[in-house]
Amino acid sequence: MSSDDNKQLYGLLAEFKNPGELMEAARAVAKAGYHKFDAHSPFPIHGMDEAMGLKKSKLGWIVLGHGILGMLGGIALQLWVHTSAYPMNISGKPEANMPAFVPVTFELTILLAAFGTFFGMFALNKLPRLNHPLFNSKTFEKASDDGFFISIEAEDDLFSDEKTEKLLKDIGASHVEKVYDTD
Amino acid sequence: MSQNAEVAVKKPLVKGNHDFGSITKLVSDIPQQQTPTWWYIAFGVANLLMGLLLAMIIYLIYEGMGVWGLQQPVSWGWAIINFVWWVGIGHAGTLISAILFLFRQGWRTAINRFAEAMTIFAVMCAGIFPAIHVGRIWVIYYIFPLPNSMALWPNFSSPLLWDVFAVGTYFTVSTLFWYVGLVPDLATMRDKVKGKVSKLLYGAFALGWRGGNRQWQHYEKAYMLLAGLATPLVLSVHSVVSFDFAVSIIPGWHTTIFPPYFVAGAIFSGFAMVMTLMLICRKIYKLEDIMTIDVVEKMNIIILVTGWMVGFAYIMEFFIAWYSGVEYEKFAFVNRAFGPYAWAYWIMMSCNVIAPNFFWFKKMRRSVYVSFVLSIVVNIGMWFERFVIAVTSLAQDFLPSSWGYYSPTWVDVLTYVGTFGLFFTFFLLFLRFLPMVAISEVKGVMPQADPHYYDNGQTNDQETK
Repeated sequence: MSSDDNKQLYGLLAEFKNPGELMEAARAVAKAGYHKFDAHSPFPIHGMDEAMGLKKSKLGWIVLGHGILGMLGGIALQLWVHTSAYPMNISGKPEANMPAFVPVTFELTILLAAFGTFFGMFALNKLPRLNHPLFNSKTFEKASDDGFFISIEAEDDLFSDEKTEKLLKDIGASHVEKVYDTD
Repeated sequence: MSQNAEVAVKKPLVKGNHDFGSITKLVSDIPQQQTPTWWYIAFGVANLLMGLLLAMIIYLIYEGMGVWGLQQPVSWGWAIINFVWWVGIGHAGTLISAILFLFRQGWRTAINRFAEAMTIFAVMCAGIFPAIHVGRIWVIYYIFPLPNSMALWPNFSSPLLWDVFAVGTYFTVSTLFWYVGLVPDLATMRDKVKGKVSKLLYGAFALGWRGGNRQWQHYEKAYMLLAGLATPLVLSVHSVVSFDFAVSIIPGWHTTIFPPYFVAGAIFSGFAMVMTLMLICRKIYKLEDIMTIDVVEKMNIIILVTGWMVGFAYIMEFFIAWYSGVEYEKFAFVNRAFGPYAWAYWIMMSCNVIAPNFFWFKKMRRSVYVSFVLSIVVNIGMWFERFVIAVTSLAQDFLPSSWGYYSPTWVDVLTYVGTFGLFFTFFLLFLRFLPMVAISEVKGVMPQADPHYYDNGQTNDQETK
């Protein structure tokens, strides 16, 4: 919003008209060799990962790990309770009555995997993060409504004020602005 | 450009001439408007009923279990019926949000937020009943595997304990799923509201969501994984609930058909409840463009299908009882239809098996009034199904000398009525303060969301596949 000299430049924010243009723009920015950029849209756009050249999300592995932990933990808990901590004779069945342990093991697997998904997703997204330089831009409010944006960080090796702005304009940005870090 | 879209999309999921901005406005304006008068009245009534629930629970704990109609031989009555009924209602929310997501049913976006909220509140209502049924509620921590000074541990072979884990997990996962879905929409609210406090609150709960594709990438993966986890979970929850009955040896309970039959019944009643609430809300909040009559029709088809699955189970139970050759089993089922509780059985049959057949007709499926009335009829029927299962089997089991007849007391009735207060208190708060339609997901199923929608100068039929 403001362009005081003593404020540090975060990067450039360019607006595009629609998801189609945004995807073309993202492809062009990736092709130009930028790495620290992002394409903001009010909903996920199919094919954008590929256009931006992103690797597959690692979330699945986190979830798998948590699920296995839940499963093994569930089995261990029940076995320990029924064979060691508090053995009970239930209709003369063996103490390690595995079939009866299936429902609780299953539920704990799901529970831990769901926690892994939830916290893993936010951790990979580096959230919660309540403040961000992009929120200093008034136009960026549209990113959750009907605006489509590309942001390129000043930290990117290829970044230069003029060249990057020119690139964004060349690929059809309707509006380019500088975003500052106000801290 | 518009020609392309007409070829690509047979029937638009969103009616009216909406673009992304007008969808945002349609949904996010609702929490920003002044609170309507009807809301205060409804909230007041719901609060009074919730107070009633609280009073009944306190009375129960103070006086003891004798204030309920439970006696030998019927030691499971309204509390268990209400528990199963409310949990069952919850299942529709997860079905809509998870299973229909995996099946790529775009129309679910109109109602998923709404139905998920219903799930969470219904499970809260359900959870109260087993908790207050334990008798000595001050030692309810015994049901959790917590180290205690008596070195006691729970019995993991008991279906009642499986229930604790199943319903507990279900509630937790449903809430996480709901919240994950809410985050992008809370960001929308954060960017739309004017007030400082509301901006701060929505902003805090939106966790700083920026809608960058680097975030969407993990988000979409998480959403898919949660849907994949919630699907077996929801099927397991009502299966475990049915184990409460099926693992016992009571004639009429001890049947292997129970798990699938309970799951189908749960979806049946849950869809009916979503229908009841949706038809009211789409009218009041003028959301007919999103919650279209096509959505109503699709839901009615699911109600018809699951209704017949339940009807098939009723008939199959009878057949197996006869085919098994077990005298007690045969008696239990004949007694259901023609014994002292025949009235309940025939209410169940007419509400669940006969009433949904109106939905064979397209006109009826697309009629708001018919849908509304039948959705309530179905939920009455499903309550009676649980009544028939729980009560008739216990009242007359093996020895005629120990038969009985169960009636609820006023405390049973008012506790049940009170749970509606709890449910609607939370539901009204949800309608007032949160976006009741998944804004980002609705946008995602609009034809304009497809980046190829904007490709011009190309052949039309490219999009038709």
